[in-house]
Amino acid sequence: MDGWIYLGIFFLIVGIFPGAPILIAYFLSPRKPNKLKSQIYECGVETVGETHVKFKAQYYNYALAFLVFDVEVVFLFPWAVAYNQLTFFGVLEGVLFLLILFAALLNVWRKGALEWV
Amino acid sequence: MLFISDPVMFIANWLQSFLLGWGLPKELVVAILSFIGSSMIAVVMLCLVVALIIMERKLGGRFQGRFGPNRVGPYGLLQTIPDMIKIFTKEYITPQGADIIIYNLAPILITSAVLLIWAVVPYTSSVVGADVNVGVLYLIAVGSFGTLAILMAGWSSNNKYALMGAFRTVAQMISYEVPMVLVLLIPVIFTGSMGINDIVKAQTVWFILLSPLSALIFFIAAQAEVARAPFDLLEAESEIVAGFHIEYSGLKFGFFYVAEFLHSFTMSALVATLFLGGWQGPWVEAFPVLGFFYFSIKAFIVYFLVLWVRFSLPRVRIDQMMDFCWKALIPVSLTLVMVTAIVQKLLVGAGAALPIQVAVHLMVNIAITWITVQIMLAKQARKPRRKPVADIRPVAVGSPSTPSTKSV
Amino acid sequence: MTPEMIIFILIALVTLGTAILVVTTRNILHAALWLIATLVGVACFYVLLNAPFFAMAQVIIYVGAIAILFIFAIMLVRVITPSGVKVFNEDWLMGLILACVFFGGMIWMLTRWTGFDTIPSVAVSQVDKINPVKLLGIALVSPNGYLIPFEVASVLLVAAMIGAIYIAWGKSLRNK
Repeated sequence: MDGWIYLGIFFLIVGIFPGAPILIAYFLSPRKPNKLKSQIYECGVETVGETHVKFKAQYYNYALAFLVFDVEVVFLFPWAVAYNQLTFFGVLEGVLFLLILFAALLNVWRKGALEWV
Repeated sequence: MLFISDPVMFIANWLQSFLLGWGLPKELVVAILSFIGSSMIAVVMLCLVVALIIMERKLGGRFQGRFGPNRVGPYGLLQTIPDMIKIFTKEYITPQGADIIIYNLAPILITSAVLLIWAVVPYTSSVVGADVNVGVLYLIAVGSFGTLAILMAGWSSNNKYALMGAFRTVAQMISYEVPMVLVLLIPVIFTGSMGINDIVKAQTVWFILLSPLSALIFFIAAQAEVARAPFDLLEAESEIVAGFHIEYSGLKFGFFYVAEFLHSFTMSALVATLFLGGWQGPWVEAFPVLGFFYFSIKAFIVYFLVLWVRFSLPRVRIDQMMDFCWKALIPVSLTLVMVTAIVQKLLVGAGAALPIQVAVHLMVNIAITWITVQIMLAKQARKPRRKPVADIRPVAVGSPSTPSTKSV
Repeated sequence: MTPEMIIFILIALVTLGTAILVVTTRNILHAALWLIATLVGVACFYVLLNAPFFAMAQVIIYVGAIAILFIFAIMLVRVITPSGVKVFNEDWLMGLILACVFFGGMIWMLTRWTGFDTIPSVAVSQVDKINPVKLLGIALVSPNGYLIPFEVASVLLVAAMIGAIYIAWGKSLRNK
């Protein structure tokens, strides 16, 4: 548990250390805001239309594929930790798990969902 | 334990017994020591960035046949200090319509996400920070905060380029996280533990010899994770100006840079830890403090490689980058994990000696690499040259529609 | 009060507070970010329960993957702050009653359970030594453990991915 106490304190510390200089610089730096300065612009001209533009559905596809891969690999880590205690059959089970994942990748690939167009 | 062989633990033990002597409860003593330790790591890392920046600029100059900074101090080595003072005194300009809280939180979160990795990295055999038994998963988990910070920065800036940069980065980071996580299985398989210090201890033979391909994939994926050239699409200055941190100024902008440099070095340190034996080296049992030097030397050698790649290669296109990840790195790393798992079990079952194990693994890795390269070359030969799409739409092509519903 | 209890109460307050903000905030992206804070709070509970593997899995899967997916989905539909939409719908009273009934039932069940206030036979110091992750790994692939669920989970996840991508792309994918 000592490790986790350390990690908990580390979480607080790493929030403070970047935060403090930013706050100090806020007091040190000049502050002369005016309306024109904070105006948003793109490439020198005034911005056109809404900022939060719609995005390609392709981003969502990659995120979906990533989600599944991530979940499956997290399952595999206990298998890898227990590797030395496993029988050959047990190792093959993990490999089968990976093969299913591979098949999924090939399927998605063939369907053309991984094309960036 | 002598001061000369292991100074950090010597001081820590002395402090612990001193505080316990005061009659403080054990938890509080652990908390105080953790506080001191973590503050020191954070300060050292933030100061290290000064050195990293000047190293990058000097080496970048040399790689490209220029001098690099050469005015302030001997050989221009103090250039970063006036730069730092300058950025400290710059005004913060917040764009109109920005989401203030998220906007200010993003630079802090992105720096924290990088610093957090250093909580589990073993510096020497005894100075290990948090030796938790899920260290490898912790590295991945902490990495996801960085992704989040980039999305927050891009979204809250109220700027289209920032948003586009953030989206590209996140797509790139989550894609390259998959091969990275997959090859992380290989050190865990060889070690039988997820603790980072256990992984280092198990490397009597460096894992880069047992599995060079996994080290290479980890290196490439790490390069993409930190978004360094050739994968620096997020700040593609010729396309989207600067990416997600375009609307930041002053020290907030500075911290995005600090995070980038530090992340780059951190990933080099991770390569050194996971594949190059971390603190392992001669006489490290007698003098644990030597481990720190071995570790830093290895980390800086890998960082030199990172810079070499960065200053030598041009930027790839986003479709090339995604294709390379999903159609090359991920299938190869899946195959590699499967083959390595089977081969290692067979070798251990046959009672093979360590040199034979290394030789067989090396051969398997070379075979997989060779087959992959052959398949990629064959595919490249069959593929017709990509038609120019710039006349339709520069970034992306969808179904033709009215400009108002255009997707980017 | 032990230090562990103080930490527990602090985390519980943060988790509950952020969870309430998820459902009351108007800005849908803020809701997603508050949800992430809630999920990190839940991960902290796993750490307190001495289950670090689940804590890490929680952060990797929920914060690293699902939250990003949420934010992507929000970006795809453009409307971040819907105006004129009520935060509460007409059935909020019914929902409140149902939630209270379930919460009460859960408390009733837990107080009747004898394991609730007895200390488990395996001491905490021993849990550190046997490495629960290794036990989990062995159980996942042993035939009299969770072998079938393990493989079925893989197939299920793959099916989910293919289905989701198929729905997301619809006709344009079928034509390829």
